[in-house]
Amino acid sequence: MIKITVENRNGEIAALEIPCNLNLSLMEVLKAADYDILATCGGIALCATCHVKVLKGAETLTPAGDQELDMLEMLPDAGPLSRLSCQLRINEEMDGMVFRIANQD
Amino acid sequence: MITTDICIVGAGPVGLFAVFEAGLLKMRCHLIDVLPQVGGQLSEIYPQKPIYDIPGYPEINAQELVTRLMEQIKPFHPGFTLGERVETVDRQDDGSLIVKTNGQTAVSCQVLVIAGGLGCFEPRKPDIDRLIEFEGKGVAYMVKDPETFRNRQVVLAGGGDSALDWAIYLANIAARVTLIHRGNTFRGTPDTAEKVFELAKAGDIDLILQSNVTGLDGRENLEVVSVQGQQQALTLLPADHFIPLFGLSPKLGPIANWGLNMDKSAIEVNTTDFSTNVARIYAIGDINTYPGKLKLILCGFHEAALMAQGAFKYVYPDQKLSFKYTTVYGVPEF
Repeated sequence: MIKITVENRNGEIAALEIPCNLNLSLMEVLKAADYDILATCGGIALCATCHVKVLKGAETLTPAGDQELDMLEMLPDAGPLSRLSCQLRINEEMDGMVFRIANQD
Repeated sequence: MITTDICIVGAGPVGLFAVFEAGLLKMRCHLIDVLPQVGGQLSEIYPQKPIYDIPGYPEINAQELVTRLMEQIKPFHPGFTLGERVETVDRQDDGSLIVKTNGQTAVSCQVLVIAGGLGCFEPRKPDIDRLIEFEGKGVAYMVKDPETFRNRQVVLAGGGDSALDWAIYLANIAARVTLIHRGNTFRGTPDTAEKVFELAKAGDIDLILQSNVTGLDGRENLEVVSVQGQQQALTLLPADHFIPLFGLSPKLGPIANWGLNMDKSAIEVNTTDFSTNVARIYAIGDINTYPGKLKLILCGFHEAALMAQGAFKYVYPDQKLSFKYTTVYGVPEF
């Protein structure tokens, strides 16, 4: 189990406990925790509705692949902290990380 | 006017298989899709990706599945309208429907089946004050006719291939082209990016990097675009046109206005027959939602079969439906 902190679009902050052995993406975890994430494309880095900003721990994440970078490049409100949560696999390294759910475009 | 029994919106795998299930019950279909080819996401997004959960195929690549589905529905001679987006649905006095597209196609049908998948891809709109207000008055999200911009002052925003391509193309047409990009490098094709830097160096376009458009101003039409640099103060650029090019994002489109019950961008259906709250309109595949919904091609196929059973009563109101197995009766071509 790891603990992460999530800030929703209203600025409300909550802690989430997540098992690491289920091969889940952060997008799937956030959806399961009832965060308002559409994930229209189902996790293939295509719709960007699962855009998050990594407020703490970004350096421990696997760098974004080409498809994710191409998509982030297209987002008007993406910045250096931006990631697509569907492309982030939950693992033990993510313990203690802080994410903010970005605005829906 | 095209006349058919069932009009299917969306020619992805589920829309295609719906033709087969409808065909077994002697119902004719016409498909409409906004994309220029059939296959939906399978052809457009991941044609070469293998799919592993189609029964009977341990592995099949996405485009191959589309080809097989087309072969499977051939006996039922479906009609196709491709590259057009369905805009409106009007009900006739007898309950039947007339579906119209943005390409002047009209389809008269007894039943409408929405197999729209992700929806249609629409331009992503940046969060800029007064952007919507200036749509059609200087703000556009795509370049339809480059001549519109001849001798005009054009501001483009974005860092993808289309922003680069249009900056290069419009450099020879517009009075002035300014390209604004959030970063200081481009992910687009290296050749294209290099060409943009060359044009900027030669003074043929203005390139403003590490900056964002933050506001628009003008009286009747757009006159000024304000640009905020990461460090610098605000710059005001005179502009006749502003074209934000931030790619496409899947949206429900006009379907959202048809009075269907929705849950977050998905159409709520009754799982008995995948009917919506509006009579004669069904929704199958990724675009619908119900308790336990799984977004799988497999599930969409199942939904198509049940939809056809439900739709039968509108196409053949005087007949009693008797279920027949293809193993017993084959595929009754028409």
